[in-house]
Amino acid sequence: MLSTPSLSTPATASTDVLVLRPDLLAIADMVPPGVKLLDLGCGDGSLLLHLARTKEVKGRGIELSEAGVLACVRRGLSVRQGHLEEGLADYPDHSFDVVVLSQTLPFLDDPAAILREMLRVGRCALVSFPNWGYWRCRLELLFTGRIPQAPDLPQAWHEAPRWQAFTITDFARFCRSQDVRITGEVYLMHGRRVRIIKVKNLLATTAIFRLEPAARNGGR
Amino acid sequence: MFPPNSVGLVKTEYFTFAHDEPFRLESGATLRPVTIAYETYGRLNADRSNAVLICHALSGGAHAAGYHRPEDPQPGWWDDCIGPGKAFDTNRFFVICSNVLGSCYGSSGPTSVDPATGKPYGLRFPVVTIGDMVNAQERLIDHLGIERLLCVAGGSMGGMQVLEWAAHHPQRVRAAIPIATTARHSPMLIAFSEVGRQAIYADPAWNNGDYYDNGRRPDAGLAVARMVGHITYLSEQSMHEKFGRRLRERERYGYEFQTEFEVESYLKYNGLKFTRRFDANSYLYITKAMDYFDLTQPHGSLAAAFANSAHVKFLVISFTSDWLYPSYHSKQLVSALTAVGADVTYLDIQSTWGHDAFLLEVDTMTKLLSSFMDQIAREAQVTPPD
Repeated sequence: MLSTPSLSTPATASTDVLVLRPDLLAIADMVPPGVKLLDLGCGDGSLLLHLARTKEVKGRGIELSEAGVLACVRRGLSVRQGHLEEGLADYPDHSFDVVVLSQTLPFLDDPAAILREMLRVGRCALVSFPNWGYWRCRLELLFTGRIPQAPDLPQAWHEAPRWQAFTITDFARFCRSQDVRITGEVYLMHGRRVRIIKVKNLLATTAIFRLEPAARNGGR
Repeated sequence: MFPPNSVGLVKTEYFTFAHDEPFRLESGATLRPVTIAYETYGRLNADRSNAVLICHALSGGAHAAGYHRPEDPQPGWWDDCIGPGKAFDTNRFFVICSNVLGSCYGSSGPTSVDPATGKPYGLRFPVVTIGDMVNAQERLIDHLGIERLLCVAGGSMGGMQVLEWAAHHPQRVRAAIPIATTARHSPMLIAFSEVGRQAIYADPAWNNGDYYDNGRRPDAGLAVARMVGHITYLSEQSMHEKFGRRLRERERYGYEFQTEFEVESYLKYNGLKFTRRFDANSYLYITKAMDYFDLTQPHGSLAAAFANSAHVKFLVISFTSDWLYPSYHSKQLVSALTAVGADVTYLDIQSTWGHDAFLLEVDTMTKLLSSFMDQIAREAQVTPPD
């Protein structure tokens, strides 16, 4: 009864000018052409539209805000309104080649569950997240005694949605504990690529990881 | 004379079939002949790929847009969304709306003349289902020479017909827009239907449905049924906003059993108004059809019901304050459609209007519907009519 989604590519008017966030551009670079992709928290659909136009990616989105869903529908994209947990649960295993989660990890109540679901629904996951290990964040806490705001996130600690701070090192260790392999990594400092990987946790303001299950055929 | 984005003057047309071979109903009963009242707006294109079927709700009819006479105070029931440049753009699409079986607005129903007796059917009219309504619509679509509908759209009971089309005639549908509806009538909905029907049964003028020649109609019963209905179409918040505890034409309580509160006056007025335009037996038949509606039968699950509908593109819409068809009904539908791999877009529109929102949230609805129609027209490469 269950089948993989029959996806369609939107043929939206090309007058819609896109300005993509740097982490979304980096994610887009890591997406192979023609794949089926699910964007979790897709916002106004910029990434989905960009990938549809440039790589003929067949995309779907899940988005919580009404404004986001309306913007996506205006762009001819297929989007479901809802929470990530309930949205993901409906998809059969391996419905997608790629599942994207951009700048949302610090806001999740149960990141392990979302990560598990992403790698069930998709064959690989692309996640971007802000890095509180960035040297200025460290100095800020040391010298001002205040919890630093992540460099690439607009919200202060008391604003909704509430975030939980973590660093690139934290997340890499977390992935290992979850039997998740990091099969690709890109680091950005204020939107520019960081080439010196050794000190990425000091220099990067945002990281992008490509994740796959540790045992490809195990378990299921 | 009419607003520039109106379809203008329109006329209801009639299609009669099953003259010889009777039309078989889901109950096993048959009907002969069957008439379907319908209206169309816009023109069919060369390859007949631009047809959109609009399905109406409980008390609606085929008159969805435009005016029957120049002096009509009100246009058709979904004129906000049907017309040149509107969401269902009649410059591009051939829009069809047909009256359901069992209704009193021109399609075969209890008010129709039974050829066996020469008198109105009354309760001798067979009980019909949403499936029967859609099967009759399919005959109309055949008659109009349309192989595949670009889209089927409707709210409330109209949404049930949309789901029936998508589940049981998927090869004839490219896209479906079920709005503020359910795939399975809940016990609460059946309960409200039954209160309405009991009000009609209790009216002595109803006379077991045999009242057409009596000169007296069960208006009191039908009015109460409609009043119950109206309560379910609102929300507690919209009632606060619309009426509050305001009194009508008086300053203080009269301590008597007169119409005192504005909400009483509203219900009474709408109940009475309804009796002038609707038939009590039709109300029984149509509410019964809704109560029988359950797409999980006989498939076992909702996903199984849509097993052959993965190619249909869906736009599912619900409203946050709709407690008659609460959003979770739509979410269950979206889950089932997602599981079978259908292309689903879903939005739970923030609204305080309750179930009525599907006719009132015009701005958001127009944005959603017109963008979705644009997209399916592009995907299906629909050419404009000549």
